[in-house]
Amino acid sequence: MELTVLDSTDTQASGCSSSGCGSTDDQLAHLPDEIRDKVYNHPCYSEQAHHYFARMHVAVAPACNIQCHYCNRKYDCSNESRPGVVSELLTPDQAVKKTLAVAANIPQMTVLGIAGPGDPLANPERTFATFRMLSEQAPDIKLCVSTNGLALPESVDELAKHNIDHVTITINAVDPDVGAKIYPWIFWENKRIKGREAAAILIEQQQKGLQMLTERGILVKVNSVMIPGVNDEHLKEVSRIVKSKGAFLHNVMPLISEAEHGTFFGLMGQRGPEPEELQNLQDACAGDMNMMRHCRQCRADAVGLLGEDRGEEFTLDKIEAMEIDYEAAMVRRAEVHRSIEAELNQHAQAKPAAPTDIDPDARPVLMAIASQGGGVINQHFGHAHEFLIYEASPAGVRFISHRKTDNYCEGGDTCGDGESVLSRTIGTLSGCEAVLCSKIGYEPWDMLEAAGIKPNGEHAMERIEDAVAAVYREMWEAGALSAVDEQLVVA
Amino acid sequence: MSLRIVSSCVNCWACQPVCPSDAILQAPKHFVINDRKSTECEGSYDVPQCASICPIEGAITNAAGEAMNPPGSLTGIPPEMVAAAQAEIRAR
Repeated sequence: MELTVLDSTDTQASGCSSSGCGSTDDQLAHLPDEIRDKVYNHPCYSEQAHHYFARMHVAVAPACNIQCHYCNRKYDCSNESRPGVVSELLTPDQAVKKTLAVAANIPQMTVLGIAGPGDPLANPERTFATFRMLSEQAPDIKLCVSTNGLALPESVDELAKHNIDHVTITINAVDPDVGAKIYPWIFWENKRIKGREAAAILIEQQQKGLQMLTERGILVKVNSVMIPGVNDEHLKEVSRIVKSKGAFLHNVMPLISEAEHGTFFGLMGQRGPEPEELQNLQDACAGDMNMMRHCRQCRADAVGLLGEDRGEEFTLDKIEAMEIDYEAAMVRRAEVHRSIEAELNQHAQAKPAAPTDIDPDARPVLMAIASQGGGVINQHFGHAHEFLIYEASPAGVRFISHRKTDNYCEGGDTCGDGESVLSRTIGTLSGCEAVLCSKIGYEPWDMLEAAGIKPNGEHAMERIEDAVAAVYREMWEAGALSAVDEQLVVA
Repeated sequence: MSLRIVSSCVNCWACQPVCPSDAILQAPKHFVINDRKSTECEGSYDVPQCASICPIEGAITNAAGEAMNPPGSLTGIPPEMVAAAQAEIRAR
C-alpha cells in the first residue's frame, strides 16, 4: 500500500486552490474557489501557508464588553505569549504606521488582524478607523478581526463595507448552562447582565452574527477554548452546529490557566487539558468539521511567522524612526509573494512519501519534530522552543499539533539549570516514540532513550512528512509495530 | 464627591468608551472620573455605565466610598463560599 500524506494535495495546479492551499486542500475542499482564493496565503487558516506567510496583530482595541473566566484584564506584559497580552496599546494612526513598517520589512506578511486585547467590536471607532485607513493605504494586505460575538450582528454591515473577509468568533458553548460556567457576566443594552441569562444573550448574538457573516460570503473561523469538565464534551456539538451554519474552520484551543496569570480559572485551580485530551477532542470534532491544529495562541500584538515574534523590532520608537515608501514596498511584496506561491506549487506536486506494504492493523505512532519552519527538519533539539507532533499510521502521515517547551540549550555559559529544563522538555514529549531533529547532544540523547523516545538526527533538512514516513517504515520493518501495545493504547 | 475610580483599577479601558458624558480620563496611575463632567448617568441610563462594565470588584466607589461592585458580585461567588467553589473547580 501507499503511505500517503493525509490532507495533502496532489491535485493538478490550477490557481491558488491547488497550489498555496497545500495541506489544507482537504480542509477547504467544500468551499467555492472564490473563498479558497481568500485563504491560500493566510497563515492562520492554512497549515501549509503558515510556514511561509506571516501575520501581525495591532492592539488598538483595549475595551471589552464581557468577562471570560479565562481572561485577566491586566494585559500589559512583555514576557508572556498568550491571547490578550500586549506591551503597547496603539492609536489607529500608530497602528497604520506600524503595519506599513512591518509589511515593508517583512514582505511575506500578508494578513493584519485586530484581536484585542479587548473585543475589537466593543471598540468600533478605533477598529474601523484602522481598517478604513489600511484598506486605502495598503490594499495588498488582508484584514481580519477576532471577536467574542456580542456586538457582532450590529457590526456586520460595517465589516462588509471595509472589505474584511475573515472573521474569527470565539464560541465556547451553545448551551447557556455551559456558558454560565465560562462567562460570569456581559454588558448588554447598557446594563450588566449575569449568569445564565448573560450566556444566553451572548450565544444568541454569536450564532446570529455567524449566520449573517456567512450569508454575505465573509469567511468565519470559530475558536473554542477547551475547559476540562466544563465544555470539553459539549464542544463536539458546538463543532457540529457552527459547521452547519457555514463556519469553514474550527480551532479548539487548550485553556491556559496558570495561577500566576491571575485569571479566575487560574486562581480557582481549574486545570487545562493534557495534550492527549486536546488531540482526542480535535479528532472527535474532525468527523464533522475541518479542524485547525497549528494555532499558537499568539499575543494580541504578535508580529511575524506563527511561532515566532518579531514585535520587538517594531516598537513605537523604532517605527517612528523608519521611513517607509509603501509604493515601492508593494512591488517588492508582490515579487516575494509570487516566489512563495511558486515554491508552494512545487511542494504540492512533490511525491509525498514512498510506497510501503505496512499492515493496515499496525498501530499509529506519534513523533516529535524540531523545525524552524519551511516544512523541513532543520533545528537542533536543544534549540527548539516547540515541537511539531506528527502521527504516522498505515493510513499515512498527518500533522497533529505543536507542543511548546522551554529550550534548554542557550549555548555558552547559560546552561546552568539545563538539566531540569531538559527533563521538562522530555515530559512535554510524552506519548511520542521518536524525536526527529537536525542534531542532538549526547546528554539529551541518553535521557530521551531512557524515557522511551528514540532520538533521530538522520533526516536533517528532509521534508517532515517524508522523514516521518521513513522512520515509521523502519519501525515496521524492525517489527516494532506489529502488535498493539496495550500500554500505548491506554496512554 | 460622587463616583470615583480607586487604585485597584487595572487600566482595562472598558469604562472609557461607554461613559455618556466623556467624564473618564486616562491618568498616570489609573483611569479617573472628572467630577465636573460626571452625571452618574442620571437622565441617560438607569445605572452608571462605568460601574456596570468595570470588571474589577471594588475599583469604583460611590459618594459614600462604598464599592459599586462589592467582593463576590462579579465572579458570582460570595467570598465566604470561595473555598467550596475552589474545591469543586479543582476536582474537574
